[in-house]
Amino acid sequence: MSRQANRGTESKKMSSELFTLTYGALVTQLCKDYENDEDVNKQLDKIVFSHFLPRGYNIGVRLIEDFLARSNVGRCHDFRETADVIAKVAFKMYLGITPSITNWSPAGDEFSLILENNPLVDFVELPDNHSSLIYSNLLCGVLRGALEMVQMAVEAKFVQDTLKGDGVTEIRMRFIRRIEDNLPAGEE
Amino acid sequence: MADEALFLLLHNEMVSGVYKSAEQGEVENGRCITKLENMGFRVGQGLIERFTKDTARFKDELDIMKFICKDFWTTVFKKQIDNLRTNHQGIYVLQDNKFRLLTQMSAGKQYLEHASKYLAFTCGLIRGGLSNLGIKSIVTAEVSSMPACKFQVMIQKL
Repeated sequence: MSRQANRGTESKKMSSELFTLTYGALVTQLCKDYENDEDVNKQLDKIVFSHFLPRGYNIGVRLIEDFLARSNVGRCHDFRETADVIAKVAFKMYLGITPSITNWSPAGDEFSLILENNPLVDFVELPDNHSSLIYSNLLCGVLRGALEMVQMAVEAKFVQDTLKGDGVTEIRMRFIRRIEDNLPAGEE
Repeated sequence: MADEALFLLLHNEMVSGVYKSAEQGEVENGRCITKLENMGFRVGQGLIERFTKDTARFKDELDIMKFICKDFWTTVFKKQIDNLRTNHQGIYVLQDNKFRLLTQMSAGKQYLEHASKYLAFTCGLIRGGLSNLGIKSIVTAEVSSMPACKFQVMIQKL
């Protein structure tokens, strides 16, 4: 029965590996899909991004509901609070990590999330011919999609990536504007 | 950790992404299932390797199938397979009465024809897992009433 013995503790870690591996398979497939065509090959990474962002976005749009339902987090009063919730609650909940928040812009509308270790890249090494691929770009899409559902238009992008030899992974977030609800005509 | 939602959403996006690119004529329609299946295969291979790292050696084929139905399924889909049948000649039928990837869809007949899209990845997952344990197989799935489904594993004798 040694097989049963260590399952409980391991199973949590395993299911996060399921996500990591599944994401890996998806990226690999996308890279393969666009490799056949010589012309496209040069622009491969660009195309892969343009496929990722909407996907991440779609995930974010739905994930926010799950997040609000589970986390009991109330309304955030400013962007700093939002940053805190993203880093300390959301990342913790879904990826099991807590990125640190740094590099606030003086106006308080931009900050960086520093990921010491990124679970998405646990088993990943970028081959030479894909060296400019922003592998974890999905995360930016998720952040953008999720925040849009709570009336915040933001821009998210990777500025450092451990896959490319940087010491840490850094996502830069910029607040663009508050999205006002436009009621359909005739409704108050 | 609530990462299950993340996997479910990612899986949905994979399916819709693959079918969307088929609509745009980038790949033929029939290849969608194969593509999803291949992704599953890759993941199955990786998972089973991580998963059996510290387990005892398997007695036989049936022992492996039980492992897939219990431990493997629980990790991936948070429940066990409800029923495992075999003819003892290399065919196994795994029945899941409430398959996780189908529970978010309407339980009526309305989307029955789309169900196979959401099973292809898992077929690959099983095949990949078995393959890394040294068993070559063909895995197919069928749904008669949602969200229950059956996976049929046909072992290919070497």
